[in-house]
Amino acid sequence: MGIVIFDGLAYGMLLFLIGVGLSITLGLMNFVNLAHGAFAMVGGYAAALTMVHWQFPFPAALLAGFIAGALTGACLERLFFCRLYRSHPLDHVLLSIGIVFVFVSGATWIFGPTMQAFTPPTWLRGQTRLFGLDVGTYRLFLIIVGACVLALLLLLINKTRFGAMIRASVDNQRVANALGVKVERLFFLTFSLGCGLAGLGGALGLGMLGLDPTFPLKYMIYFLIVVCVGGAGTIMGPFVAAMLVGIVDIAGKYYIPQTGAFLIYVFMIVILLVRPRGLIPKRG
Amino acid sequence: MKLTISPRQLLLIEVLFWIIIAATYFIFPDRLVLITQILIAGLFAVSLDIALGYAGILTVGHAAFFGAGAYLAGLLAKYGWGEPFSALGLALIVCGVLGYLLSYLVVKGAELTRLMITIGICVMLYELANRFSSVTGGADGLQGVVIDPLFGLFEFDLWGKVGFIYTLSIVLLVFLGVRLMLKSPFGLALKGIHDNPRRMRAIGSPVDARLRTAYCFSAAIAGVAGALLAQNTQFVGLEMIGFNRSAEILIVLILGGTGRLYGGIIGAILYMCVHEFFADLNPQFWMFWLGIFLIVIVMVGRGGVLGGLARIVRIKETR
Repeated sequence: MGIVIFDGLAYGMLLFLIGVGLSITLGLMNFVNLAHGAFAMVGGYAAALTMVHWQFPFPAALLAGFIAGALTGACLERLFFCRLYRSHPLDHVLLSIGIVFVFVSGATWIFGPTMQAFTPPTWLRGQTRLFGLDVGTYRLFLIIVGACVLALLLLLINKTRFGAMIRASVDNQRVANALGVKVERLFFLTFSLGCGLAGLGGALGLGMLGLDPTFPLKYMIYFLIVVCVGGAGTIMGPFVAAMLVGIVDIAGKYYIPQTGAFLIYVFMIVILLVRPRGLIPKRG
Repeated sequence: MKLTISPRQLLLIEVLFWIIIAATYFIFPDRLVLITQILIAGLFAVSLDIALGYAGILTVGHAAFFGAGAYLAGLLAKYGWGEPFSALGLALIVCGVLGYLLSYLVVKGAELTRLMITIGICVMLYELANRFSSVTGGADGLQGVVIDPLFGLFEFDLWGKVGFIYTLSIVLLVFLGVRLMLKSPFGLALKGIHDNPRRMRAIGSPVDARLRTAYCFSAAIAGVAGALLAQNTQFVGLEMIGFNRSAEILIVLILGGTGRLYGGIIGAILYMCVHEFFADLNPQFWMFWLGIFLIVIVMVGRGGVLGGLARIVRIKETR
């Protein structure tokens, strides 16, 4: 029981890292982005390359994942997304499906259709004894990184000037703009940051989710569930949702494996029925 | 200078369009299987158009109903009920009821919630079909589907002759039904809701109820399309129900043009012909160009083939 919750939390942390950027961009710009998993995939491949090909240590690979995700996100934002903020959601869906298709086929082309091989560094292998439980060291590391990122994000959003501008823009974009907040530049920065976090999540996910070119399609629904269930536009919403989704999914796979991913979809639909705007909806 | 055509000429073009499609039976007798598939995809796209183009319900999970119809027809035929017409009728009713029940979930939410619920239901049904492999065949697909001869006389042949005539008649029939529905007061109400739901509410139109009915219609027709495909190929696979199929049919509809009666069918003709032309290529290559196409179409403005035509041709209004 304890180990299931622990693994669920580790899994949830990954979902949170990847999903939180999506939540902010969605809350900030109302942009329905189905391509968010693609940035995580880019981060994952960048990390795998730096580790396997150039023999860099694991933390450098994580950094590479973050930078690759953020750069890709920044480029695509300038090229495509920024032109479509005021368009119909159908345009968002079409554009992001197009981007997913290009990334999936591009990754297959470059890296081949197989799963990326990944061996965690020695200090993350094996198990650690924690509160009378033998837990995987890698998963413990995931939880620690996730908690650190959560703390940093909360500080950034709640304590800094930048965070205040983001909160103002989420609440009311037009008024924020009128008060002199450069909303467009803010969009760009938050989008890149969100994509960077997704890249970090993809890099960390190498040891738990695995990585192959279909990654953006395979996990797309999970990131969307996290954002939808949590409520777009907040940090805590996706965090709580990611933990719940992680635990429910791992518990489902552990206790009733024959249902597969079925349980998690039922979970999402039930939550959306009870709370159509998510567990922790944004104000306004 | 816009080309102006009268409604009567438009009707003539419509009749001509269907005659040409029927004539392909003689023009391309060795491509009947492909043309049948085009017709089915066209019907599926038309069903999506009712929900997306007319009612304005953002959905990327319409393959749920297509797949449900296909599995229903396939399972019926596998377990002894091979009569095709009644199976189609049953698919229509079951998918319609399914759509109506789900419409309560879909209509009530905001745009993102709608999108999530439609995708969620689609992947949920996929997972269901995948898990109950003892019934559905799982990843191997449903095999052993045998369809009885039409009216007990005409057996489905290998060249798809009977299949083509059967599919064409059903598609035409359903299409005429859709055409009638969209020209009815109900169709006009949908158009009004699509353009401005607030004003429609203000003039007393029950917006949510109209949307629910439209979603139900759309689901029922998608079910018929799925059942038709299952009967023609005598096989049902998991790919008929997944997210990719939903995205694909969305692309077909966008290609033809949303909110226009013939958008789905024109899109299906183009998409399937291009797909057939590039069939020998690596599927990754196909996916890559499909993605590029989607990005381009969003950047230059969607509207599809019929949207482009509407810029050149004007239909004279009747008073």
